[in-house]
Amino acid sequence: MATVLPLPITNYESVVEPDWCPGCGDFGVLKALKMAAGKLGIQPHELMVVSGIGCSSNLPGFIHACGVHSLHGRAVAVAEGIKLANHDLNVVITGGDGDGYGIGIGHFIHAMRRNIDITYVVMNNQIYGLTTGQASPTTMKEVRTKSTPRGNVETPINPLALAIVSGATYVARAFSGEPEHMSDMIAGGIRHRGFALVDTFSPCVTYNKVNTYPYFKQRVYKLEEEAGYDTGNVEKAMQRCFEWGDRIPLGLFYRDTQPIYEESEPALKETPLVKQSLSLKKEIFNELVQEMI
Amino acid sequence: MNPGGAIIYNSDKFKLDTVLVGENVLSAPLPVATLTKPFGRVLPVMQNTVAMGALIYLASLDFDTAVEVITETFQHKGQAVIDQNVSILRAGYDHAKAHYVPLGYQWDFNDVRRPFITGNEAMALSAVASGCKFYSAYPMTPASTVLHWMVAHADKCGIIVKQCEDEIAVANMAIGAGHAGVRAMCATSGGGFALMTEAVGMAAMIEAPVVILEVQRGGPSTGIPTKTEQADLNQVFGASQGDFPRVIVAPSDIADAYHTTSQAFNLAEKYQLPVIIISDLLLSEHPETVEMDDLRHDLPIERGEIVTQVSNGYKRYRFTHSGVSPRALPGTPNAVYTAATDDHDEHGILISDVFTSPPVRRKVQEKRMKKMSLVMDDLEPPKLDGPADAEATLIGWGSCKGVIKEAAELLNAAGISTNQVHFKWLVPFHSREATAILSACKRTICVEANYSGQFARHLRAETGYSVHDRILKYDGEPFEPHHIVEEVKRLLEGRPASLDVTLDEAREMAYHYIRTHLNDSARPTLIARTSGNGNNEDVWQIEIVSRDGGQKRGEMQIGVETGSLYSWEPVSGH
Repeated sequence: MATVLPLPITNYESVVEPDWCPGCGDFGVLKALKMAAGKLGIQPHELMVVSGIGCSSNLPGFIHACGVHSLHGRAVAVAEGIKLANHDLNVVITGGDGDGYGIGIGHFIHAMRRNIDITYVVMNNQIYGLTTGQASPTTMKEVRTKSTPRGNVETPINPLALAIVSGATYVARAFSGEPEHMSDMIAGGIRHRGFALVDTFSPCVTYNKVNTYPYFKQRVYKLEEEAGYDTGNVEKAMQRCFEWGDRIPLGLFYRDTQPIYEESEPALKETPLVKQSLSLKKEIFNELVQEMI
Repeated sequence: MNPGGAIIYNSDKFKLDTVLVGENVLSAPLPVATLTKPFGRVLPVMQNTVAMGALIYLASLDFDTAVEVITETFQHKGQAVIDQNVSILRAGYDHAKAHYVPLGYQWDFNDVRRPFITGNEAMALSAVASGCKFYSAYPMTPASTVLHWMVAHADKCGIIVKQCEDEIAVANMAIGAGHAGVRAMCATSGGGFALMTEAVGMAAMIEAPVVILEVQRGGPSTGIPTKTEQADLNQVFGASQGDFPRVIVAPSDIADAYHTTSQAFNLAEKYQLPVIIISDLLLSEHPETVEMDDLRHDLPIERGEIVTQVSNGYKRYRFTHSGVSPRALPGTPNAVYTAATDDHDEHGILISDVFTSPPVRRKVQEKRMKKMSLVMDDLEPPKLDGPADAEATLIGWGSCKGVIKEAAELLNAAGISTNQVHFKWLVPFHSREATAILSACKRTICVEANYSGQFARHLRAETGYSVHDRILKYDGEPFEPHHIVEEVKRLLEGRPASLDVTLDEAREMAYHYIRTHLNDSARPTLIARTSGNGNNEDVWQIEIVSRDGGQKRGEMQIGVETGSLYSWEPVSGH
């Protein structure tokens, strides 16, 4: 591996200040992403941050990097198109639980099946914040929200378990209260060849009065600190995915080495698509026409 | 069947009702089982090869050329299959030679081999020749053959072909690739396009080039997936919320589909917007012989301004006089910006949330929309073909061009002076040119394959010009010249239109019932129109007989006005 020259996080300072509520968990994720990019020495023009729609999906505007602030639920598909067009870019998707696990869950699952080399950082606050507090796909059962006044009756999505069974090859969780650890998880995801999910507890201080900073601070622990935890053991990883109560694990749950989607594309063998000539060789064109005669 | 023709049929399976055969029509029964007996196990489909052999003799075609075609067609199945088919072809040929005299056709073949391709193949070939490097799709008839062609040639052409989880992903991936600087295309039919609509607006908003091909089939909903129609125009016009620049173009034939695809990529990149090509099943799936010159290799590739050197503070959406902002592709040093679907200022900073600015919003919207007048300058305007002072002017769009041309020729030959105006560019629309042409016409008739006359409505919306009449078809089958000729004559003579079930249609409807309810074991024979017998309308009284033997199976009544099947009374014992 080439020597990495770390960059200061001021390199990624946007001219635009985030408009998140004071105390929002997304500040921690933004900081952690900048730290991760800095640690890996990625220049702003080499980093492509793609989001959908939601409070957290405003993140690309708040980081000095290339960005696409796409449609609600479609960040994954847009990011895949960008990655296949120019795989030299470090593509990171940032968005919320509604965006990724609700309206966009189809794209999320299929991107993991492809094991395309993209890192997906989900700011999971278990609520729809931008639209002022309706239940999200990860809202816990019985929690009262604007749209579930009698308490949520639907079982929440388990994003990490879903990621493992869908073929993601790097599955991690972090907490906004610990940006340094989160930056390691994100940097590990970017460095990892294949689809990386970093689900983050990023509390919504305005609309989620259950899953708060204190809620997580009292419960989280790190898998790295568990003696003998093996990130290559899928059964053990699945057990930890379902651990939710007095103790909630953070860290790298699961990691696997599998061929990435880009390797299967002959067109990408030499150089990214975007750097290839647009003109089709005359001999090839003539062969194509001959086939039609 | 016209005089001078022949009916070639498998006499093992069918009996020909000689009363139904017209004068001077040759009846040529083929005892297929006997003829093919020497050649081992023969598949039922091979009766066609026997018939082709007979046809080649009767029509005085060259036998050796047919052998060449068979050899090419079955090459992948090996020599044994080729030999068997050639032997069967010869058996049909020899049988005809022994029993009949050729019909007297004379041919003047030039023996130049030319491409025989479908519209979808033409558009796929044009896409790769135009530098398309990314093609995404979700299977949907009648667009899937683009996917199949692209996959089959992806490695050779160095393109990525991505089958996605749904059409939403298809469009969003293509736009992502387009934003990253690759020429990208996707294709679908009406139902899939419905899922893509939100993304169309995104492409316009972030100013990413993309080409979307919408191949119409009969709708609404799942509709008639393997039949043709031109009824998605309203959907394509209305795709995505808001006002935004986009190009919508309808190629008119296979050579034009090739040319149009190249134009679409250039427009998409020069003006940084989505281009929608609207085709239909007829144009996309029917094969046709084209000239070699129709498939040019040296297609012009115009990408618009792409800057490779920029300094800090690069403004992706710079407000320019033309509305086009020079594009720096992601990955270009210093070209660091966010392409946002929220509206934004020149830098790409949102004006939708914390910062809002009515004047910036006004100017950015004008900047985007200004591009449309530039686009217009690149497009060839519609023109009038045929006599200027014609009695009837036939207006069409898309795949109807050829059939309208043929109908106009027939009408002119019959002494009804007819001309034609065909529209290819639907958005932006040549309103001024269209008005100038049409206001000088005596009687305008819009011909299109849908129920409500969607193009005639568009024409009126864009020009204020209302056509005099419309000829519409929505039974899933394409127009044939005689449909148009008959309707034009009716209109000019001032005869009223009728939506009654015709005798031929009554027969078809009887066949439908026989296929669905009687296991295809019978056929209609005598059909007569009778009074309603209490059904409040006249009915077609249809006698049904069994296919083998021909004994009466029963009687059927179909309403002339409603088309309702009022009764099916089987003869007792059936």
